[in-house]
Amino acid sequence: MDNQNRKAWLYLLPALIFIAVFLAYPLIDVFIYSFEENYTSASQTYTGVGFHNYSYILHDADFLQALKNTFILVVITVPLSTGLALLISLGLSSIKAVRHLFQTIYFLPYVTNTLAVGLVFMILFQKTDSQEGLVNALLNMFGMSSIDFISGPYWAKMFVLCVYTVWVVLPFKILILTSALASVKQDYYNAAKLDGASSFRICRKITLPMISPMMFYLIITGFIGAFKAYSDAVALFGTDLNSAEMNTIVGYVYDKLYSDGGGYPSYASAAAIILFVIVLTITCINLIVSKKHVHY
Amino acid sequence: MKVVLQNVTKKFPSRNKKEKKDVIAVNDFTFEIPDGKLIGLLGPSGCGKSTALNLISGLQKPTSGRIFFGDDDITAVPPEKRGVGLVFQNYALYPHLTVKQNITFPLENLKGKEKMTKADREKRAYEIAKLVQIDGLMERKPSELSGGQQQRVAIARALVKMPRVLLLDEPLSNLDARLRLQTREEIKRIQHETKITTVFVTHDQDEAMSISDLIVVMKEGIIQQIGKPQEVYSDPVNLFVAKFLGTPPIGVYNGRIEDGMLYIGDDAVGKTNLTENTELTVGIRPEGYILDSEGGLVCNLSGVEVMGRDISIVSTHPAAPDQVIRSIISSEKIVDTSKPTVRFKLKPGKVLLFDKTSGNRIRFEFI
Repeated sequence: MDNQNRKAWLYLLPALIFIAVFLAYPLIDVFIYSFEENYTSASQTYTGVGFHNYSYILHDADFLQALKNTFILVVITVPLSTGLALLISLGLSSIKAVRHLFQTIYFLPYVTNTLAVGLVFMILFQKTDSQEGLVNALLNMFGMSSIDFISGPYWAKMFVLCVYTVWVVLPFKILILTSALASVKQDYYNAAKLDGASSFRICRKITLPMISPMMFYLIITGFIGAFKAYSDAVALFGTDLNSAEMNTIVGYVYDKLYSDGGGYPSYASAAAIILFVIVLTITCINLIVSKKHVHY
Repeated sequence: MKVVLQNVTKKFPSRNKKEKKDVIAVNDFTFEIPDGKLIGLLGPSGCGKSTALNLISGLQKPTSGRIFFGDDDITAVPPEKRGVGLVFQNYALYPHLTVKQNITFPLENLKGKEKMTKADREKRAYEIAKLVQIDGLMERKPSELSGGQQQRVAIARALVKMPRVLLLDEPLSNLDARLRLQTREEIKRIQHETKITTVFVTHDQDEAMSISDLIVVMKEGIIQQIGKPQEVYSDPVNLFVAKFLGTPPIGVYNGRIEDGMLYIGDDAVGKTNLTENTELTVGIRPEGYILDSEGGLVCNLSGVEVMGRDISIVSTHPAAPDQVIRSIISSEKIVDTSKPTVRFKLKPGKVLLFDKTSGNRIRFEFI
């Protein structure tokens, strides 16, 4: 190694140490735990090595429910929130008068505490013996009977969770997309307009390809974020998510880590590794698809 | 298709909140572009030439006045219905589309009777590409092209839908000097072959002079002079036009008429038919000097630049305080550089007189 190289590594060292200690080591550790049966963190002992942990959680009804919930959440909220954000950003960039006002309004959820928002959603959607939430009041107005969105049927709860998630992730996506739209030069629009392209065609053929890198970024981070959902569910349905049938994979990991005194780090690790593999797979698929559709 | 602008004015609201005064980018334009001609809109930056182009394209609407293509009043017609092709200063090629897709894009937008099949569109695209000599680059993306090639693609895209009028907004400003010369010939050739009425915006007088059939010189939104390049050069209406055209620039001196004699500083350079004694501004084109030891104009010699065919004598004159005078003479003449001064006789047609305050041309003859 020549002097130049040695120096380069020296400068990289602080960052590398942090990455190694806080990222690489835990990752490897979790991977190892996931194969060690009945590991306890107190005594640091385990009874065997193998695939038992994986087999256990893959047969655990709670995990399967969490897996199902997470997938439903991802499949519904990522396209929905990205699509909505795109529509809103397109709208915002085509108006001039009250644009800043709307931008501020749309951005508010981003600076609001998740749990506080959860509470508001709970109040909006809840149905108790003494009072009805605003949503139920509306339903009643249209002659429909009240639904308990917070502790009622599964699909009602899933509906609230999806609405909540979309609402929470929208501001960031709108922010990114409006700035992406603003960076498309006016000349392209003028050129397309002179060429006789309709607004719809301009949007489809010019605007969307131009902002496709940002769209792609949002879809990838959207998938990752949605797979890691947890606090949203807690904000709405409390900490006992398993009995509410609203647990997510991260929620399951958390429950396994801290339930029953010492918890089950092995199971938690196995679940975390499964989540990791899922996210990695989806991201790889995204990357491959994007090669075809993301321009430059 | 001839293009007529009739009393066209474009005002922009002032951004300055304290002083609510509109900015007049284009002030009462009236001129006619004859069918099939190439016309150059020439002026310093900020003179409203791009605005004038945008008014013709329809991207901006005039505050008042009318615009005609042929006999059609197109003032209220939206840009896409005017049948104009516009080449943008930075080309505005769609970066995510190939050259072919860029060129066929305007054709894909045609509707109704004009709708073309894919095969027809590609055929037309290849024809145009051949015209501008980029038919070998059709599958590339704009980022894989050189500046000159991008320029051609932009022209092809503007031409492909057979516009009635072709508009070029500073089309050469992003090219290097050599390519600029080459491309302006190219534009001239393409215009001749297609015979499309073309409007060309530039701040480079050299460019405008070399390729335009007619040039329109503008200053602060007002047309100064319209004419054939040579006419405008040799017969400018005012000092601004005289100074704006020509390289090296015209030499400008403080002068006066005394008993009919024209003085530059203290040098008497010739008897004129002007009778009134007055102060005025004298402009002398670089080619208007004749080396002559008896000549009336005495300049302080500062150097000689040999440019091959010609030589350029660099000198100063007390009556032209802020300017270095460049005079172009044939290289066969020999300049004695050992002397501190150089004397010139002046060619009568190359000496122009201007009013001291208004800058307007004063016509005269040497007698």
